[in-house]
Amino acid sequence: MELIFEGIKRAFILLFTFDPEVMGITLLSIKVSGVATFVSLLIGISVGTAVALSTFPGKKIVVSLINTGMGLPPVVVGLFVSIFLWRNGPLGFLGILYTPLAMIIAQTIIATPIVMGITVAAMQQLPKKLRLQILALGASRVQMVWTLIKEARLPLLAAVMAGFGGVISEIGASIMVGGNIKGYSRVLTTATVMETGKGNFEVAIALSIILLLLAYTINLILTNIQQRERPR
Amino acid sequence: MKRITCTLALALVFLGFCVIPGFSAPPTEKNIILATTTSTQDTGLLDVLIPVFEKKTGHFVKTIAVGSGQAMTMGERGEADVLLVHSPEAEQKFVAADYGVNRKLVMHNDYVIVGPAADPAKIKGIKSAREAFKKIAASTSPFLSRGDNSGTHAKEKSIWKAANIKYEGEKWYQETGLGMGQTLNVASEKKAYTLTDRGTYLALKKNLGLEILAEGDAMLLNIYHVIEVNPSKWPKVNVPGAKAFADFMVSRETQAIIKTFGVEKFGAPLFFPDAGKKDEDLRK
Repeated sequence: MELIFEGIKRAFILLFTFDPEVMGITLLSIKVSGVATFVSLLIGISVGTAVALSTFPGKKIVVSLINTGMGLPPVVVGLFVSIFLWRNGPLGFLGILYTPLAMIIAQTIIATPIVMGITVAAMQQLPKKLRLQILALGASRVQMVWTLIKEARLPLLAAVMAGFGGVISEIGASIMVGGNIKGYSRVLTTATVMETGKGNFEVAIALSIILLLLAYTINLILTNIQQRERPR
Repeated sequence: MKRITCTLALALVFLGFCVIPGFSAPPTEKNIILATTTSTQDTGLLDVLIPVFEKKTGHFVKTIAVGSGQAMTMGERGEADVLLVHSPEAEQKFVAADYGVNRKLVMHNDYVIVGPAADPAKIKGIKSAREAFKKIAASTSPFLSRGDNSGTHAKEKSIWKAANIKYEGEKWYQETGLGMGQTLNVASEKKAYTLTDRGTYLALKKNLGLEILAEGDAMLLNIYHVIEVNPSKWPKVNVPGAKAFADFMVSRETQAIIKTFGVEKFGAPLFFPDAGKKDEDLRK
């Protein structure tokens, strides 16, 4: 118990003294996971909408594949991304293994199916007649899709939260493709594991608390928007 | 709705601003990938040495802390430029197979057998590592192995072999597959024996319920070498960077840092500098 209090104390000391190393680690976590979530939103919402609104043979298989992808284990993603990015691997010429960019790529692969799966569910849950109604009002196809996305914005915010929550807390892929390099690719989760290994439990607890605070703050903001916009 | 669009647009702009300068990676020819063992990271030694090296040479070191076994596999595949490892027999094979060049002795410390203070196998004070291992096996007290092909794991297996004990599949023998720091934590929780390098043990001692029970056998010497990965097999290896790092590790300045590292915090040095010596000198 004493250890946890020490950890909490340490977390606040590190936060309020703006400890440069901890600030750097926290900022990098936000950057990497933020960019990954953003890219996964672009891909996930567009592909998810397309899948949800169209009918084609094998749609059920595609949707079940997307849903399986929502549980894609980060270590598996990390392993495959590393193999591809190795110097002597297929994409080795890029020279981006052990960089934040590699972490963004891996996290995007993790977050995209999550966003896509929730998008498909959100779109399919809209009343079918809505589409006809929008088209009957003289909207073009693009306008129709855009209106539908706007209609589904509340569940889509849940997709943002789930996607971001999935990648900010992820460790398996980050440590494999990022390498936990001090001051360069070290994020909150990988730093926590390392400090635990070093036996610096107070610091590890402090980092965990910062991670929780961060996740909470971002979800609080998103939830606020979501609840304010709740349809009457 | 407008609000959401605004928020999203703002978020985008914000992300754009913080990302662009942040990810312009240093030029690749200045990057060195150092594959090393967990003990050099868990003790904090690299946190002291790497900044000095980077400042001095302008290289950027990407430290990948894994077991010695995995570090050498990375070297074999050309995925690292320079190795700092402690698994002498495997290293000799690595160099003999032309995967590495310029293997240099950097430093040593020693392995110790740690366990719960109650010492159910009664190994306290035994000097011979073989005898201590025999007693642990005979008493079937739990023993935790790294099980990760690291230098420590290799050493442990060689002791079992020397003691002529069958340990695989035994109930009292468990493998963690984790780094040294975490394995020590598990051993402490499980009141188990384990083999550890002295440096990691000293660095973590304050949180562990483990004591040094057997030490001092010549067999327990733990020697660290730096090896440059052979560029003839993998042309992408950063040769000047690897050489600069290897030279730095055996330089007088670095050796002086190693000599005093940890004295202030733990009351005893964690590593003993050995640049220029030969392996045989240490075994005397």
